[in-house]
Amino acid sequence: MKNTYSRRSFLKVSALSGGGMMLGFNWFAKDIKAANLAPGGLNVDPEWVQVNGYIKITADNRVTIMAPNPEFGQNVKTSLPMIVAEELDVDWKAVVVEQAPYNTSLYVRQFAGGSQSVRTTWKPLRAAGATARQMLREAAAQTWNVPVEEVSTKAGNLYHEKSGKSATYGDLAAKAATMPVPTDAPLKPVKDFKIVRSSQKNVDGVNIVTGKSLFGLDYRAPGMLIAMIQHPPAFGLKLKSLDAGRSRKMPGIKDVFTITVFPEGYERAAFDTRTFNELVVVVGNSTWEVMNARKKLNIEWEPITETKETVNAWGRKREELIPAGLESSEAHLNKMLEMAQKPATQLRKDGDPESAFQNAARIVERTYTAPFLAHNTMEPMNCFAHVTETEALFVTPLQAPEFAEKTLAKRLELPVEKIDIQMTRMGGGFGRRAYPHYMVEAALISRQVKAPVKLVYTREDDMTYGIYRPAYTATYRAALDAANNLTGFHVKGGGIPEHAVHANRFPAGAVDNYLAEGWEIPSNITIGAFRAPRSNFIAAAEQSFLDELAEVMGKDPIDFRLELLKRAKENPVGTANDYDADRYAGVLKLVKEKSNWGSPEKSGLHRGVAAYFCHNSYAAHVIDMTMKDGQPAVENVYSAVDCGIVINPDAAANMVEGAVIDGIGNALYGALTLKDGVPEQNNFNSYRIIRHNEIPRHIEVHFVENDIDPTGLGEPPFPPVFGALANALYRATGKRYYRQPFSKEL
Amino acid sequence: MAKFNLKINGKTRQVDVDPSTPILWVLRDHLDLQGTKYGCGIALCGACTVHLDGMAVRACQLPVSAVKKQEITTIEGLSETGDHPVQQAWLEHDVAQCGYCQAGQIMSAVALLKNNPNPGDADIEAYMSGNICRCGTYARIKAAIKTAANK
Repeated sequence: MKNTYSRRSFLKVSALSGGGMMLGFNWFAKDIKAANLAPGGLNVDPEWVQVNGYIKITADNRVTIMAPNPEFGQNVKTSLPMIVAEELDVDWKAVVVEQAPYNTSLYVRQFAGGSQSVRTTWKPLRAAGATARQMLREAAAQTWNVPVEEVSTKAGNLYHEKSGKSATYGDLAAKAATMPVPTDAPLKPVKDFKIVRSSQKNVDGVNIVTGKSLFGLDYRAPGMLIAMIQHPPAFGLKLKSLDAGRSRKMPGIKDVFTITVFPEGYERAAFDTRTFNELVVVVGNSTWEVMNARKKLNIEWEPITETKETVNAWGRKREELIPAGLESSEAHLNKMLEMAQKPATQLRKDGDPESAFQNAARIVERTYTAPFLAHNTMEPMNCFAHVTETEALFVTPLQAPEFAEKTLAKRLELPVEKIDIQMTRMGGGFGRRAYPHYMVEAALISRQVKAPVKLVYTREDDMTYGIYRPAYTATYRAALDAANNLTGFHVKGGGIPEHAVHANRFPAGAVDNYLAEGWEIPSNITIGAFRAPRSNFIAAAEQSFLDELAEVMGKDPIDFRLELLKRAKENPVGTANDYDADRYAGVLKLVKEKSNWGSPEKSGLHRGVAAYFCHNSYAAHVIDMTMKDGQPAVENVYSAVDCGIVINPDAAANMVEGAVIDGIGNALYGALTLKDGVPEQNNFNSYRIIRHNEIPRHIEVHFVENDIDPTGLGEPPFPPVFGALANALYRATGKRYYRQPFSKEL
Repeated sequence: MAKFNLKINGKTRQVDVDPSTPILWVLRDHLDLQGTKYGCGIALCGACTVHLDGMAVRACQLPVSAVKKQEITTIEGLSETGDHPVQQAWLEHDVAQCGYCQAGQIMSAVALLKNNPNPGDADIEAYMSGNICRCGTYARIKAAIKTAANK
């Protein structure tokens, strides 16, 4: 069979052995120029090299689309193949979605995070589907000896209307595989979409409700041992001595030893968070035996000394100071409030904010704080590893295989070709599984015991390991002149160990005199990305402040924001503003309409509103609540979201509902606090997670309808929930909420 | 170690384990029934919910030695193909996000409906509040339970 594809193309066609075609393509070819994807055609860049997805059409007309997901509930295993099926023009019900083959060398740029999955694959997936369809049309045109323009498609069939000829895709797939790969396959006009924008069920739905082995923790292999780590009981401590005598004698125990996750002087990559350098490991036959043996370890711990480490974040090197000491949340809060009064690093300045504040008739200043948060994925960290001196196999839930692979190659001193990472479905991620320390640990353990090993974290191990959402503070100031105009705006944010200020984000661009500043406090508590990093705090602070400011100015909170956005649109201050004022205003207007904002509040209901832009999309919420026996009860939530074209509306609504519930839960209850370096929460008896009886009675999700290419959904609806809740709580209790979690302030 | 004969999903299975071993780990480590999930180990998240003679129990806190002749039903025993009305309702409402907690949620819901075939909001909230979902699919779970109740 003649292969007509170029080796360096992003699209590769080949024949299937039983007759049929396979079109390979790259899901992550993100260099497709937008201009090339206007309806009517695309130009394929010949430099695209990696093929990592495929469409298979067999002679009996079975269509398979491969999903190379990391899937952690954002439903990309369903929504991404839908995009391919749309352009291919097949019946979605007849499509089989296949799990990616286990070969990570193909999965460059594969990453679940930053609300990027749909946004970065939208164009390559459309291109792939359209190209396969075009080749089938070419095959039909040749077979029937008619012009290709006259060949139409519908639901996996080809038609020539004039002659009345028709064929299934399967009939002509073998011939299509011999066609040259076109570089100008026409794309469907958005208005003709049939699959995209229609609600389709989760392709793993049946597997989930029947309890199939889908998750990392479910994986088993012959001869597999179970391993657990014991980390220091407090941040700021390290291993001094180990007496494993009693543990070793326990039934089912194979070995007890220590591992060094990242050795001294190791130059860490961005996700190589090192919380505890040295860990004690217990390995045995079964989970329960290892758990019991671990309790018999006799370990002495000692204080760490201050160290400096180099972190190489994609070529940008920075020094990270890890201070000694046993840190406490109470001291953290005091130190943050102290730092908030001191000079900080300027991040952006427009106009003359100093004069605006000096000449102000009135200044409003408020300070907001939030604690560390633990991700608490329902499936704790775990990793299966079978690692020898020459090769390594991993089966594990993870968000960032590409980064993990590089870290493992470096730490294990293996070439990447010798590292095989198989991704399982993830029992939650929220950012936590971007940090591959647990894979390094599993690898070192497997090498040591010379056997396949599954490393299992207990809930307590997971919650007390660090990699938390940072603890934050933000101080907002507004200057008002005698005529009640907003003349100056100042945000100064800080955190442990990093701040949450997005200097170019609204209301930057809407105020003449603007100042953004940041400060940081080093810590030995490790932190990591948490659903909508930084935004998840700063939106709460900013949106609470804007609400209070509107009240001071005697304005409606939605109208006040719309006024500022009008200014940012018509006469923006500065050029680096990172948001689109029209789209931002759009979600506010939609939520205003859908919530019937401005109508008299129903008796006993108190409303709050907030909006935010992050991760390329826009979201606004109106929350109606009451107080029952001194406890908040959310009655209604109206959500408006602009994420461009919505692929799978019902699944997208599910994601927004989840963000609303997750946001209310974290705002009211979320907190990981420390005393003398020890986390004060280590399981769900001390860390409060929102439950069935605490959710809103009614959540209504509305999407802005437009034809903008999809811009992401997992994170954007989450941050504004905190602000909308704080503002509703104020209406309900007459008290402003400056410190999270709000339940502690009621 | 001791031998135990357990009735699980209609079959008798023998295991040789420490008597203190929770049923959760017996199922997962010794019987290759991975549908019952580990979430907290202290009966506070509901991910490991199974039925003991039809009653919902947390398998992480149930030692194998405490189970005598009682019948254990796991998610695998509910229906292999997903045609139990509660599973069907879950599919109809496309409840799951990550999906990890859903087996436990379903087992709790089935037990709830067995005792209360037509539960109201307050009944569902009270009964189900022992099952955590970090993705926040609670509203759909509630809707699915109501749908299943009507079948």
